[in-house]
Amino acid sequence: MDLLSTLRMALRALARNKLRSTLTMLGIIIGVGAVIAMVGIGQGADQTVQRQIANLGSNLLFVSSGSTNFGGIRLGWGATKTLVREDITAMLKECPAVSAAAPGTQTSSQVVYENDNWGTRITGTTPEYFDIRTWPFMSGAAFTDDDVDTAANVAVIGDTVRKNLFATTEAVGKTIRIGNLPFIVVGVLVAKGQSPAMSEDQDDAIIIPLTTLQKKITGQPWLRFVMVSARSRSASYAAQQQIEALLRDRHRIRPEQADDFTVRNLADMADLASEASKVMTGLLASIAGVSLLVGGIGIMNIMLVSVTERTREIGVRLAVGATEGDVQRQFLIEAIVMSLIGGAVGIVVGVGASLLIAATAEWPILISGPAIGGAVAVAMAIGIFFGYYPAQKAARLNPIEALRYE
Amino acid sequence: MGPQINPLTVAEVAGQESSRDEIVIQVNDLHKVYDLGETQVHALRGVSLAIRRGEFVSIMGASGSGKSTFMNILGCLDKPTSGQYLLEGADVSGLEKKQLAGIRNRKIGFVFQGFNLLARTTALENTELPTLYSRIDKAERHRRAVEALTMVGLGDRINHFPSQLSGGQQQRVAIARALVNRPSILLADEPTGNLDSRTSVEVMEIVQSLNDKGLTIVLVTHEHDIAQFTKRSIVFRDGKIRRDEAIFNRANAADVLKTMPVLED
Repeated sequence: MDLLSTLRMALRALARNKLRSTLTMLGIIIGVGAVIAMVGIGQGADQTVQRQIANLGSNLLFVSSGSTNFGGIRLGWGATKTLVREDITAMLKECPAVSAAAPGTQTSSQVVYENDNWGTRITGTTPEYFDIRTWPFMSGAAFTDDDVDTAANVAVIGDTVRKNLFATTEAVGKTIRIGNLPFIVVGVLVAKGQSPAMSEDQDDAIIIPLTTLQKKITGQPWLRFVMVSARSRSASYAAQQQIEALLRDRHRIRPEQADDFTVRNLADMADLASEASKVMTGLLASIAGVSLLVGGIGIMNIMLVSVTERTREIGVRLAVGATEGDVQRQFLIEAIVMSLIGGAVGIVVGVGASLLIAATAEWPILISGPAIGGAVAVAMAIGIFFGYYPAQKAARLNPIEALRYE
Repeated sequence: MGPQINPLTVAEVAGQESSRDEIVIQVNDLHKVYDLGETQVHALRGVSLAIRRGEFVSIMGASGSGKSTFMNILGCLDKPTSGQYLLEGADVSGLEKKQLAGIRNRKIGFVFQGFNLLARTTALENTELPTLYSRIDKAERHRRAVEALTMVGLGDRINHFPSQLSGGQQQRVAIARALVNRPSILLADEPTGNLDSRTSVEVMEIVQSLNDKGLTIVLVTHEHDIAQFTKRSIVFRDGKIRRDEAIFNRANAADVLKTMPVLED
């Protein structure tokens, strides 16, 4: 029998028992839908994390003074006094993978505006800092190199500080006090949100010229960190090596000695996060895959029932000249058609669910082509795998007994 | 009212151009032993028989007499343990399953007691069923099915479902299905077993008319009345042929029908 007739026959057989066919397909529909939605959620999460990491700054490297193990970075802060502004000049000159660098040092202080006060982080740096961190201004502008040279009392404030000190009033041009010193607010930064890397509120910050902080507040001439921008994401590993080599040289560290600084590479973190979300996506997809397997077993179950129910039909078909192969094909194609239709509906359900989650949870969901293709392939494979045994059972029936079957 | 039977040529029904004397079925010393593990059941103990083209044979016998086994072998649904079966001169007793399926498809038409029509499938599609397993294109399949249904007087009901047809009409669809591939023989296994007496005679009228057109028919029944419509009666007992005789005062179904009261459906 030709394939087209077999296909038509399969569709008709399924249409004869619509409720049962639909319920059977439901297993596949849920399975395929779940796989697509889960992969979508996983990839969406990955994208979110990648975006947040990119949000920290463009191809960012973070050089901090003091040597400490990865993750325990704060412990070593300020432990050494060897990182200085001259290191930055050298970096820009001698590390070809570095495109920009901004020095920084930090302290905490209470900030006062009129009757409100707020404790926050004070960062001293140069105007490059805002470019490296790709941090635009909501109003006002960055302080200038001149301000750094003259150690001017000017400040750029983050959104959290603005909210706590100014609420709805315009902040630019107002004078705040940091410790006992008056500062003029020259710029307000756009909200950046939580930092995924350092798990702190990035907007809870005041940024002032490096020299002002060093000379008027902390009195420490050394740097706590340098923010470096690599030329490209792929160049960030080269930049890391170049910076490490340069700083070891400049700080006269002998080969057997440990670094007196730490370089953290955000590309590294991005890769790490990407790895983590891949694991999560895989986990979600495999859980969804289990339901696909259950759906396949459902198909097998119903096909076995169907073969038993249609024993006489099989007997008639064999009697009028169907070969075992014809009968086997017929039932196999029924199973495949069922799983493919289920798969197709499952794609619609999965994409629909993804869009719904994306809309309600405001979580970006990526609808992935490979996931859809894979789901269809798996659905087809399930049809073949779980349809094979019932189909073979049908084909092996003895026509004489099948015709007498009550 | 009896079914309207479309007059078709003998060659069209029989599908062959050969002479009436040609032997269609020839079995020689047929044995069938069912091996049930510890015991062996001898269903056939040496059956030899020849059936010529155009014959109309009834096979009778108690259950366990071997008649069903014999029919299954004639229908190529089963293989003899030993002995020879020549269908139109070709030995089919040693064929593989797949080849037997082809023989069943092209040379044998089956009519069963229980009609065995596919539910929720129109008369036309039921009739087309054997052609699905032949290499026949769609238009020809349709043409043949319509032709076969017309031949059994159901030309106006081709799109009815079995549930919309009476028992007699369902059996006629089954006969049309058996004829659609223009077989060499029609094997009918108790075709009237599920029908009331008038409908039985109506069905026999069709079977007789098909035989009149030259179709070779072998019919299993346990009713003497039905056997009376055939031309030759074979009785099985204990796996052997006990009696094999021509029927002289053969009943004509069309005439019998006239004497029967008409029952409203």
